[in-house]
Amino acid sequence: MGGLLASTLVYGLVSSATLLLTALGFSLTFGLSGVANFAHGGLYLLSGFTAWLLMTHLHLPFLAAAAATVVLVGLVGALVYRVVVMPVRGIHLAEVISTFAVGVAIIELFRWLGFTTYDYVLPVLVEDGIDVLGVTVDWQRLIIVAVALVLTLALWAFTHWTKIGLALRGMSQDEYTALSVGIESDWAAMLSLALGAGLSAVAAMVLFPLGIISINSGYDALLVALAVTVLGGLESTAGMIIGSLVLGFAVTLTGNYVGPRWGEVVYLGAIVVVLAVRPSGLLGKSKELEERV
Amino acid sequence: MLEVQNLLVFYENALAVNDLSLSVEEGEVVGVFGSNSAGKTTLLNTIAGLTLHLQNRERRRGGMRITLGGRILFEGEPIEGLSPRARVERGVVLCRERHPVLKDNTVEENLRLGGYLRSRREVKQGLEEAYALFPPLLRLRRRKAGMLSGGEKEMVAIGTALMARPKLILMDEPLLGLSPLMQSEVVRGAREISKKGVTVLISEQYARPVMPIIDRGYVIENGSQVVAGTGKELLENPEVKSAYFGV
Ligand SMILES: Nc1ncnc2c1ncn2[C@@H]1O[C@H](COP(=O)(O)OP(=O)(O)OP(=O)(O)O)[C@@H](O)[C@H]1O
Ligand SMILES: [Mg+2]
Repeated sequence: MGGLLASTLVYGLVSSATLLLTALGFSLTFGLSGVANFAHGGLYLLSGFTAWLLMTHLHLPFLAAAAATVVLVGLVGALVYRVVVMPVRGIHLAEVISTFAVGVAIIELFRWLGFTTYDYVLPVLVEDGIDVLGVTVDWQRLIIVAVALVLTLALWAFTHWTKIGLALRGMSQDEYTALSVGIESDWAAMLSLALGAGLSAVAAMVLFPLGIISINSGYDALLVALAVTVLGGLESTAGMIIGSLVLGFAVTLTGNYVGPRWGEVVYLGAIVVVLAVRPSGLLGKSKELEERV
Repeated sequence: MLEVQNLLVFYENALAVNDLSLSVEEGEVVGVFGSNSAGKTTLLNTIAGLTLHLQNRERRRGGMRITLGGRILFEGEPIEGLSPRARVERGVVLCRERHPVLKDNTVEENLRLGGYLRSRREVKQGLEEAYALFPPLLRLRRRKAGMLSGGEKEMVAIGTALMARPKLILMDEPLLGLSPLMQSEVVRGAREISKKGVTVLISEQYARPVMPIIDRGYVIENGSQVVAGTGKELLENPEVKSAYFGV
């Protein structure tokens, strides 16, 4: 029978996968281009509503709508780079402010348009659930875990094994060396933003079906992305996974033992504590020590 | 092959390259000698298009710090307005100073990156050539480049530049900080690169180690040319001799 331990384990994992998925796009963009894309939450929300609109008004089946959404939002990501980031590239504060402004504009646009009711839902891929360790879990939650795992591995393979992935990683490490072998830095950054935006759309497609598409989920997604990225340290895949696990279990445990509405406190607390104690993230420091001087 | 005409690079308060002209014929090995801040790096970066990139980046943000002037002809065509990528495509490839490598990447990943604009077949062939040119790299190919010694890094950096299949390779102080043994290894590498038909423009502070391979050299001070000539002519010039040969 599923005791509290088993249920904490299973739901902790699900919640970690949710966080990982939510943060993946933000962290990829930051790791590859150094741009902290604060429009992340806005793009996540935009993805949910775009898929909903495509299904309701163009009557597309869910998978087709989801695929179209990923592409469209990816293009929006590229556009965000071209229009608001490129002119201020290299001034980090300006990058943060202008992308944050875009994110807030998107989110508040939907509020202003009246997307504030409980009507906006995306369908789950598979109904019902199964027993895992004696705990009943719906399929959608298992799909979330699977998608998070597969995407993380796929991204690792992409950045390590493909020519474009290597080029992006090269650009992130040393712009002038990458430039001198013919990689274009604006192209690389634009692609990083497009990929990150596309990833947040994928996250939206599997996460929104668990609840409703609400305006606040845009802000929540940004908060989660910041918490996971700060905790995990930047760019390292292992750090991201560990950061998500720590936060995921912390949220599940506080949910079980303190109260269900404490999630945000955990995220914010984690950001503050990590920045104060270990500013380079849980794994960040050990990574720096590897470097030779 | 390369013709630099009246090049001018002005950084706000410093004239880094001042009305400099030089030419490099196909197949030659040409040296550019000068002491710290003479303008060697600025010259090579400008030929490779990095200075233009920097200027564009600053301009977008409203900065007007960098002024560029003069012409750069490669194979008879002006390239001073082209992006770094377009110059690499034409065969002008820079190997930057201080042995730049991507330190989180393995040696082989570094080399592969150099072949970014080249086909899969060319990358494969380029890797073989790079390992043949600098055999120690083969043993180090799975190591993170950040761990390597200065000499090993320089081999990686030169190998990376070669992967881009240059017609003209610009080498910025490749011998900087290397032991005499490592210096002669790199000089041997440069000679072999030249033998394969690649034209070489090499900058150094100190001319003697590269004397055996250069056909001609320019000495620059404060961004301007002071002397030009064959290796022998430079050696015979008393001023140059004391400043750049340490005699
Ligand atoms: N990005 C820059 N901004 C402002 N000034 C610069 C910049 N790059 C170079 N300079 C200035 O231009 C001059 C020439 O520098 P450069 O790096 O070309 O010299 P160098 O001959 O390569 O010297 P070294 O032997 O020390 O490498 C120096 O006075 C330097 O301070
Ligand atoms: Mg220099």
